[in-house]
Amino acid sequence: MALLRVTSPHAHGAQDTTQVMQSVLLATLPGVAVMTWFFGPGTLVNILFGSMVAVAMETVALALRRRPILRTLDDHSAVVTASLLCISLPPYSPWWLIVIGMGSAIWLAKHFYGGLGYNPFNPAMVGYVVLLISFPVQMTSWAPPRGTGAELPSFLEALRACFAPQTYDAVTMATALDVVKQNSGLTLEALWRESPQLGRWAGAGWEWVSLAFLAGGLWMLKKRLFTWHAPVGMLLSITLLSALFYDEGSSASKGSPLFHLLGGATLFGAFFIITDPVSSAVSNRGRLVYGALIGALVYIIRVAGNYPDAVAFAVLIMNFAAPFIDHYTQPRTYGHRVRPPT
Amino acid sequence: MRRIHDFHGGIHPAEHKSDSMAQPIQPAGVPDVLVLPTGQHIGNSALPTVAPGQRVLGGEEIAEADGALSVPCHAPTSGTVLAVEDRPVPHPSGLSALCIVLQPDGRDEWAEPRPFANPMNADPLLLTQHIQQAGIAGMGGAGFPTAVKLSPRPGKPIQTLIINGTECEPYITADDSLMRERAAAVISGSLILAHVLGNPTVLLGIEDNKPEAIAALKDAATGSGVEIVVFPTKYPSGGEKQLIEILLGAQVPSGALPADIGVVCQNVGTAAAVHHAVVNGRPLVSRITTVTGEAVSRPGNYEVLLGTPIRHLLALAGYDASVNQRLVMGGPMMGFTVSDPDCPIIKTSNCLLLPTEAELPTPPPPQACIRCGLCAEACPASLLPQQLFWYSRGRDHERLEAHNLFDCIECGACAYVCPSHIPLVQYYRASKAEIIAQRQDAERAEHARQRFEARQERIERQAREKAERREARKRAAEAKATAATGDDKDSDPIQAAIERAQARKAALADAGSKD
Repeated sequence: MALLRVTSPHAHGAQDTTQVMQSVLLATLPGVAVMTWFFGPGTLVNILFGSMVAVAMETVALALRRRPILRTLDDHSAVVTASLLCISLPPYSPWWLIVIGMGSAIWLAKHFYGGLGYNPFNPAMVGYVVLLISFPVQMTSWAPPRGTGAELPSFLEALRACFAPQTYDAVTMATALDVVKQNSGLTLEALWRESPQLGRWAGAGWEWVSLAFLAGGLWMLKKRLFTWHAPVGMLLSITLLSALFYDEGSSASKGSPLFHLLGGATLFGAFFIITDPVSSAVSNRGRLVYGALIGALVYIIRVAGNYPDAVAFAVLIMNFAAPFIDHYTQPRTYGHRVRPPT
Repeated sequence: MRRIHDFHGGIHPAEHKSDSMAQPIQPAGVPDVLVLPTGQHIGNSALPTVAPGQRVLGGEEIAEADGALSVPCHAPTSGTVLAVEDRPVPHPSGLSALCIVLQPDGRDEWAEPRPFANPMNADPLLLTQHIQQAGIAGMGGAGFPTAVKLSPRPGKPIQTLIINGTECEPYITADDSLMRERAAAVISGSLILAHVLGNPTVLLGIEDNKPEAIAALKDAATGSGVEIVVFPTKYPSGGEKQLIEILLGAQVPSGALPADIGVVCQNVGTAAAVHHAVVNGRPLVSRITTVTGEAVSRPGNYEVLLGTPIRHLLALAGYDASVNQRLVMGGPMMGFTVSDPDCPIIKTSNCLLLPTEAELPTPPPPQACIRCGLCAEACPASLLPQQLFWYSRGRDHERLEAHNLFDCIECGACAYVCPSHIPLVQYYRASKAEIIAQRQDAERAEHARQRFEARQERIERQAREKAERREARKRAAEAKATAATGDDKDSDPIQAAIERAQARKAALADAGSKD
C-alpha cells in the first residue's frame, strides 16, 4: 500500500456533520408525534412533501452551481431545513405554500449566499417570514386541536388539503397567543375559563407539543450537538420579561411566564431554530447574548407587534446582529490579558 | 495536596496506550548502519568533525555544536564513518539533510566515560556546559537544546522547575515506560536540573492514566523534594503552556517564554538523559521509542540507538507493510508522516505509529463548515478556530493576527472534533507560513528602502559637497583676481606697456628728427 502523506492530526473524533443533521431530525420526532396526535396528520404530510421539494430544489441548485450533488445531499441539511419549516407551517397547508416556502428557504436564503455554512440567515425562518408576509391568511389558519370539539382529519383528507386545497374545507381556530393578544376586558382567569383552546397553561395541545420539543432539545443538548448558552439565554430573558409584565393576571396582563414559555414556538425556537450554528453568534458568551436578545425580541413582538408569534422575526433580526455580537464577545486567548481589537 | 487547575478546551481521544505496554523496554540492538543527522534539534546543525573512513568509538563526538543554540552529536557505538552526506531525514518537509553515516563494527568499544564529579556541589555553569556537550536536546518532541533553557537570564530567577511526564498523546508510551522502569534516573536528573536552576520548587506533572508510573515515581521521589503531581487525563495537557496552567494556574503571556514567569519545563526523558550524562558520563546516544499501531504484530517500547533506520525497528516489531496506510513519526495528534523507512530515529523520535486503514481512516473530503463551534470548545488556547478558518481561506492576514493565529499550538484538537472533517490545522500552518514570509518580505523591502535612501542621501551629499567645493574654488579664484587688480592699480602692465611703447616711439621720433 502506498504510504499516505498527510498532516496532523491523524486521529478524528466520531461525530460528523451528516450524523449531526440526522440527530436533529431524530430529535424533532417527539414533537412531530405530539403534533400529529393533537392536530392530525397535517404536519406529517407537510414534512414528507416539503422534504421531497427541498431535496429536489437542493439538487437543482447544486447542479447549477456545479457542486458535487450526492456528497452534498448526504449532509441532510436540506431535509432538516424542510422539516423545521414544515413544523412551523399550519397543518393542512396547500402544496403551493410549501413550494414557495421551500424555494425561499433553499434557494433564496441558502444557495444564493453560497450554500450550507455561508447563509447569514436561518433558511427555515426566511421561508417562514416570506410566507407569513405574503400569505397571512393561510399562514394563520391553524386547525383546532383534539379535545376542542372538532373532528381530526384523516390522512387522506390531509393529502387532499395539501394537493387539492380547493376541495378541502378547512376548519380553523384562533391560537392561544391570538386569544390572549386580543383580550381586552377579562382577567386571565376569566379568559381561561371561557376559551377552551387556551388549554391548561398555554394552549390546548400546544403546551404538550412544546414539552415534546423540549424533550427533543434536551436530548440534543445531552448529545452535545450544541451548547446550553443560546437556549438558556432566550428562555431566561422571556421568563424575566413576562414575569415583569405579568401584572398578576389582570385584564392588562400579557400572559404569565409559563404561558410564554410553553406557548407559541418558544421551546421549538429555543432548541431547534436559534441553535442553528451557521446563522448564530460563534462564541459561547456570544451565543448567550444572542439567545437573550432573541428572547427579548420575541416578547416585545408578541405583546407590541402586529403578528401573534415572533420567533421567526426575532431570529432573523438577531441573525443580522450576530457578527456584531461576535465582535464584542471574542474570548480571551491563552496568554492575553485583554481581548484583542478586531 | 497541590491544587490542580483546569485549562480551557481539550479532548479525550481513545488512548490505545495499553497496546504498547504489554512488555518492558526492549533493546533494539545494533543495526547494519547508523544514519546520524547533524540537525536533530532546534537551532544550528552540528558541524561534522569526522571524515569518511575514520574509526570512532562509542560516545565519541562526531559533530560539534555550532554556537550556543546547538548541541553536538556522538557515535552511538564503535565503527567506521562511511560517509558525510545528505540523506533523507525525518522531517515534515520530507527533505534530505547532512548526515554522518556510521557502519558499526559490532565490538561496541567505548571512549572513557566522563562523569561529572560531585554534581550537586558543582558550578551550575559548568554543569550546563557538560549537559550541552552531552548533546542533550528536549526529548519530548521539540528538541530544543536543554542547556539554553538552563542558562541564567539576568533578573529572571526560576521559581519552579516542571518535569513533564504527561505524555498526553494517544498511543505513545515511551515516557510512561521510562518512568515505570527508570524512575530513579528521572528523579536524579530532575534534581541535577533543579541544582543548575538554583533549586526552585520541582513539580513532576503526570496524567492519572499511568498509575504504575506514578507509584514508581512516588517511590523514587521519597525524601528528594520532587513533588509528583497527578491530574486528570485530557489532551493536550502535556503542552508546555497547558501544563504550566494545570500546575500553577498561571498563563505564559503571549509571545513570552515560561522563564519570563519563572518557570522552566523539561521532559522526563530529558531528565533521565541528564542523569546519564552527569552521573554516568555518557552522552545522549539512544532513546526510548514506542512502536505501535495495528500494522505491527509486536508493539512495544524499544531502547533505540540514535541513527537506527526506521526499517530496522519495523522488522523488530513485526511490521506488515501490506496493511499499513501511513507511517507516522510521533503521535496521532501532532505526528508527521514519513515516506521513507530508511529515515533514522533521532533525539526527538518518541513514537512510530503504523496504523491500518480501519484504525485511522483516510480523511474524507471536507464538508461545509456549519460553524457548530465544537472547535472553539476544544481549543486549549481559547481561539475561535472556525473564524480563523474563514480568514485563512480569505487570506485575511490582518484578521488572522487580530484573532491571535500565532497563539495556536497546532495541537489538532479542533480538527479532531470537526464534524465536517476540515483539516483546520493545515490551514493555520499555511497561513502562518504565508504571514511569516510576508513579514520577511516586508522586512527585506524595508531594509532595501533604507539602503536605497542611504545611498540616495550619500549621492546627494557628494554632489552637494562637490558643488560646494567648486563654488569655493570659484570664489577663491575671483577673490584672487580681485585682489590682483586691486594691488596693481597704479602699475597696470598694459598701461605700462603702452606707456613704454609711447616713450619708445617718442624716442624714435626724437632720433628721426635728429637725422
